[in-house]
Amino acid sequence: MDNMNKPYNFKDHMINRKDRFVPGHRMCAGCGGAVAVRSVLRSLHDEDKAVIGNATSCLEVSSYMYPYSAYEDSYIHNAFENAGATMSGVETAYRVLQKKEKIDEHYKFITFGGDGGTYDIGFQSLSGAMERGHDFVYVCYDNGAYMNTGTQRSSATPRYADTTTTPAGKVKNGKIQVRKDLSAIMAEHHIPYVAQTTFLGNFKDIYTKAERAIYTPGPAFLNILSPCPRGWGYETSDMMEICRLAVETCYWPMYEVVDGTWTLTYKPKKKLPIEDFLRPQRRFRHLFKPGNEELLEQFQKEIDKNWNDILIKCNI
Amino acid sequence: MRERLSGNEAVAYAIKQINPDVMPAFPITPSTEIPQYVSTYIANGEMDTEFIHVESEHSSMSAAIGASAAGARALTATSSCGLALMWEELYVAASDRLPIVLALVNRALSGPININADHSDSMGARDSGWIQIYAESNQEAYDNFVQAYKIAENPGVMLPVMICQDGFITSHGVENIELIEDELVKGFVGEYDPVHYLLNAKEPMAVGPYAVSNYYMESKRGQREAMLNAKHVILDTAAEFEKISGRKYGFFEEYRLNDADYAIVIIGSAAGTAKAAIEQIRKTTHEKVGLLKIRVFRPFPEEEIAEALSNVKAVAILDRSEMFSGTGGPLGAEVTAALYRAKSEAEVVNYIYGLGGRDITIQDFTEIYDELKRIADTHEIRDNYRYIGLRERGRDNG
Repeated sequence: MDNMNKPYNFKDHMINRKDRFVPGHRMCAGCGGAVAVRSVLRSLHDEDKAVIGNATSCLEVSSYMYPYSAYEDSYIHNAFENAGATMSGVETAYRVLQKKEKIDEHYKFITFGGDGGTYDIGFQSLSGAMERGHDFVYVCYDNGAYMNTGTQRSSATPRYADTTTTPAGKVKNGKIQVRKDLSAIMAEHHIPYVAQTTFLGNFKDIYTKAERAIYTPGPAFLNILSPCPRGWGYETSDMMEICRLAVETCYWPMYEVVDGTWTLTYKPKKKLPIEDFLRPQRRFRHLFKPGNEELLEQFQKEIDKNWNDILIKCNI
Repeated sequence: MRERLSGNEAVAYAIKQINPDVMPAFPITPSTEIPQYVSTYIANGEMDTEFIHVESEHSSMSAAIGASAAGARALTATSSCGLALMWEELYVAASDRLPIVLALVNRALSGPININADHSDSMGARDSGWIQIYAESNQEAYDNFVQAYKIAENPGVMLPVMICQDGFITSHGVENIELIEDELVKGFVGEYDPVHYLLNAKEPMAVGPYAVSNYYMESKRGQREAMLNAKHVILDTAAEFEKISGRKYGFFEEYRLNDADYAIVIIGSAAGTAKAAIEQIRKTTHEKVGLLKIRVFRPFPEEEIAEALSNVKAVAILDRSEMFSGTGGPLGAEVTAALYRAKSEAEVVNYIYGLGGRDITIQDFTEIYDELKRIADTHEIRDNYRYIGLRERGRDNG
């Protein structure tokens, strides 16, 4: 725990920390998911061992294709909808084997799911695991659609996004419904730690939150906005810029909820219009056609309302 | 130790004696009592298994998989729709080669929803890669459970095991039972000492890969090899079990089969009624009737069954689940195939009985033996896939 009190040092994290998600995996160039996993696993203290879990996802099929594993630690994939329950079993086994003095080492437990495996099909399993209070971190790498099967709409897909099951066509403008606010729902489970983050600047935000999530006793939920170049339609080299715009437009508020107390961890100096986040992405291109101005206004209104709600929760 | 216990309590008692590491479970009739008894034992400090109060059966098997992969001895209990909900996970447990034990209390699958005994749940899971062992009585359910981990954890096997008993008839019926002393059970089952597991600090391990066409088929062939190995392990375990219990087990029980001309093949509690019918028939008509009661359905003891039936003139195979195949039930199909491959000349007929808890009576068995005698005499089978105990049109149902 000493490490946690040290001031954040970019060089320490990027150069000196052990990489536990190693090169050779098959994730796409410009994929946020791979960056999310690498960042979270670097937040483990070197002396700790870990078991990494995974819902079926792009990440799973790209990082553990038999006989190659991209993980330095033990790893378990079970199925799509049960990463929460599976890690519940692993963590419980750890407690039993410790009690029976069959194991000396310190283990940490982290499981990853995409938004499909977390917001949708794995929602029940996640909710159950959090309610039961297992000591592990559930990390959602949220890229806002079922990317593994080819960009189908999920409940994390933003309104108006063009996906392969909510295509923007002659009479339809993409997804009709608004996103499910999963981080808030997790906070309502009254677990000790919930946070939203993404890749910003010197990565201080994600490293700090990942470390807190891992080293807070009890269940923790970390929601990481993880852009997908294929599903969102941006140049692979622009991932960091897309993340920055998501945060600066208040599309993706950066906050943490510690024992029920909401804290904003980044407040844009000047909130940018939502168009700045939407314009570089192919999935929103139809919103910029003449006649769709109203949709953009609608989008902005929704962002403004969500942002105000967050500010109220964070007592700002 | 003589006791009077229900089948559920008998299995829970075996669980207490074994004291496994992790038990995730979710309530469902008629298996609910098993986690209830276990929870009470834990609450009273009689065992220290970690119970996980999962929110569904899908999660109970998922958590059992996580715990078992991590290096713990894991189990769960369920019935019917609970087993159906964990279907996907049954396959994962078997392919990950995890020695999980599942106490299954057989109950009809919906719909219509029904809480009583039939074998549609476990028979539907027969291709999932699990060893399946069935019981006629509370005593057998208990004895089978005591033997389960020894089979599952054998290094040549490493497969999950389903210990099945009939819902209500066995699970809730209280019978006399002979329990084995705690120390004998603990010594017999032994400590679980896995070779490869997630929490082995010396050897990180990955479980549950994406295996493309280059590897998938070999993993399945490996499971089959394990299933074949399980045959001798099941018999070896039974022989060892006999030493501590005095009770003898094999792939199946042969009841008055030695000299029989007419045989019934059956699974589960209805074997008790069949035995009573056999005694009555042998006493009154002196016809040589016998029974083959299957204990081990997976791995399927094909050659042994054919050998045991090699001298009969006609066989009725009784299925307590439908397959809707047009050719019979699952037991019927497999036993018939076994007889065909053994070039048996016996006449074979398949009956569906007891679905959704419908009783089968001594009278029903007498009718079946009468029919077998007629078929053996005439070699005429009017319908080789029929129901027994079905309500007739226009009677009782308005």
